[in-house]
Amino acid sequence: MKKVAIIGAGPAGIEAASLLAAQGVDAVLYEKEQQPLHNLTDKAFLFPNFADAQEVAEKILAKLNTPGLTLKADTEVTQLQPQAASNGWLVNGEAFDAVLLTSGYTTFDAHRKEELGYGIYPGIHTSLEMEKMLREGKVVNTIGEMPRRIAFLQCVGSRDEKVGNHYCSKLCCVTAVKQAIEVKKLMPQCEVYVFYMDLRMWGQHFEELYRQAQTDYGIKFIRGRISEAGGTFDRKVQIKAEDTLMGRPLKLTVDLFVLMVGMEASRGTRNLGALAGIAGEYGFAQSVDPHIADNLTAQNGLFVAGSCKRPMTLTDSLTDARSAAFEVLKQLLEN
Amino acid sequence: MKRFWNEYQKEIADDHFFYERSCIRQTFFAGSEATFLRILREELGKDICDNPHQHTCTGIGYHSDVVPFETTMTVVARLFSLMTECGYKNYVPSCVTSFGVFTEVMAKWAENPALKEQARQYLWDACQREFEVPENIVHSSDLIYKFREELKPRMRYQLVNRFTGRPLKVVEHIGCHYAKIFPHHGIGKAEFPYVLAGMIESWGGEVIDYPERRHCCGFGFRQYLVQENRGYSIANTKKKFESMEPYEPDFILTNCPGCAMFMDKWQYTIAEMEHKTYDQRGYGIPVLTYEELTGLLLGYDPWQLGLQLHQVQCERLMEKIGIAYKPEEKYLGVGGKLLPTPLKPEILKQ
Repeated sequence: MKKVAIIGAGPAGIEAASLLAAQGVDAVLYEKEQQPLHNLTDKAFLFPNFADAQEVAEKILAKLNTPGLTLKADTEVTQLQPQAASNGWLVNGEAFDAVLLTSGYTTFDAHRKEELGYGIYPGIHTSLEMEKMLREGKVVNTIGEMPRRIAFLQCVGSRDEKVGNHYCSKLCCVTAVKQAIEVKKLMPQCEVYVFYMDLRMWGQHFEELYRQAQTDYGIKFIRGRISEAGGTFDRKVQIKAEDTLMGRPLKLTVDLFVLMVGMEASRGTRNLGALAGIAGEYGFAQSVDPHIADNLTAQNGLFVAGSCKRPMTLTDSLTDARSAAFEVLKQLLEN
Repeated sequence: MKRFWNEYQKEIADDHFFYERSCIRQTFFAGSEATFLRILREELGKDICDNPHQHTCTGIGYHSDVVPFETTMTVVARLFSLMTECGYKNYVPSCVTSFGVFTEVMAKWAENPALKEQARQYLWDACQREFEVPENIVHSSDLIYKFREELKPRMRYQLVNRFTGRPLKVVEHIGCHYAKIFPHHGIGKAEFPYVLAGMIESWGGEVIDYPERRHCCGFGFRQYLVQENRGYSIANTKKKFESMEPYEPDFILTNCPGCAMFMDKWQYTIAEMEHKTYDQRGYGIPVLTYEELTGLLLGYDPWQLGLQLHQVQCERLMEKIGIAYKPEEKYLGVGGKLLPTPLKPEILKQ
């Protein structure tokens, strides 16, 4: 029986592992955290259709029960080494015929944008923390009351030369629109502002969601970056920005300030990419060709899928994982 | 709370400094620069050169667009030539604007060496002088910051309210040209500069973090120099005072000549214009330079420091700290002659 290691039990890892196992492969799925799929289980609803993230997660997690799939949770991969003799790979001392890297992403550490005050002043949260509040159905200001005004800021840690991340994180635009709508659903009287550079509504139904946010929910979109945030005496957040459409500086005091943090290569992706010699730009893993060989790498028998390559949506990750599983099977059959 | 850049430090030489004075500080904060030299020489035992042939850096004219860059870099080159002639390599300007001008000129020379050669030629053509670029350039507040712990045991007072036993609440204001142009030239970089905050914390005070902390003091060169624009200047200052008022600061500490002047003097103007003062009892918020503060805590005579020349008077602050002073000597001139007492404003109490 052929044996494949899949590193990272996120959506892509679980999807690929279950498909490989269903095809009679001995699929061993490594996960450094205690629980798989943690980047999805911490979400409330998914764009653009507000699907319940927990329900989607449960469906994906059910695939772990596929016969032939072994989950090794709480196990960090520290050895990833090609074996010339067998044409396979050694992972944590165990021999495999092939390896699929699905070690995913992490979110940008907002502390690095010190001017935005995260971790310094109360009332400033990341989009992940806002997601948690939305999941619990309780969004409160710094004194435990219902907020009257909330501002979201796009592109925190992405498209940002200052922090060294020139790329677009792709998901944050629509996530902010989704979260802003969820806030309005929860608290219709709350004023909601979204500050953006340009809104990239590239996916199916994204543009409709953006329009709906304005027409149905009265969410205000302001084109401009926020230059600084500071705490006020009454535990609110004062933000300064430039409204670049109006050509005017703007100062606003809000109860909550939400930073839409971008995606970065996870620590596992950085380490394993470097270890295996497939490290690409910004620490993401590098495929051979983004058009025609996006799951293959420069190393024989080592494959990549999902957001360890670049920022990806859940849908894209799952699709990419299926493609990767097919590529792995193809090589196993050829060998 | 964790701040990423709080620990950012830059290289500061240990000794042998060439000092460059500010154009305006000796008028408005007359004792500050003399106090700085006294602290360096007498308290810290450092070698610092105060050359009588120094002159403007052109900063005010340069930032007002009336002095071209070529002139500015030639004038800077002449100042550097004085340093070279005196045998020093560590340059210490007293003025934040000068510090910004020097770092800007040096950055341009580093990026475009042909400009530096042009400056050499201009300087030679003008006065047959030659110069070397400083090996280390820091603002004078950087030196006090560097030696703050060394100075602490020599201090007679701490930044503690003797009536309540609590730390004094201090607003620190950093001149824009200290770190906003080249963040890596500022201790703590540009977002949360630590140069003054470090002094305040080391000497027992508490730094107030208010929303307009980074906002310009209102000097802003063209905002002030063009009379028609002065409304912008005072509006900026007012914005800062409105923002800090709820925190009830005991005093303001600055490291820039313009900031100290404007935050001090505009309090009188705002009081006259709007009948508004920013402490609850109508006395205004005292504004100190870092040399004045260091001198006060070391036990120097406040009138030798020049505190009587401030618009907002400092007696109430000194009483809070417990600093001994002689009121009868406040307007004592050279040779023991009593100078005329200035008129008191009607709104801003003294």
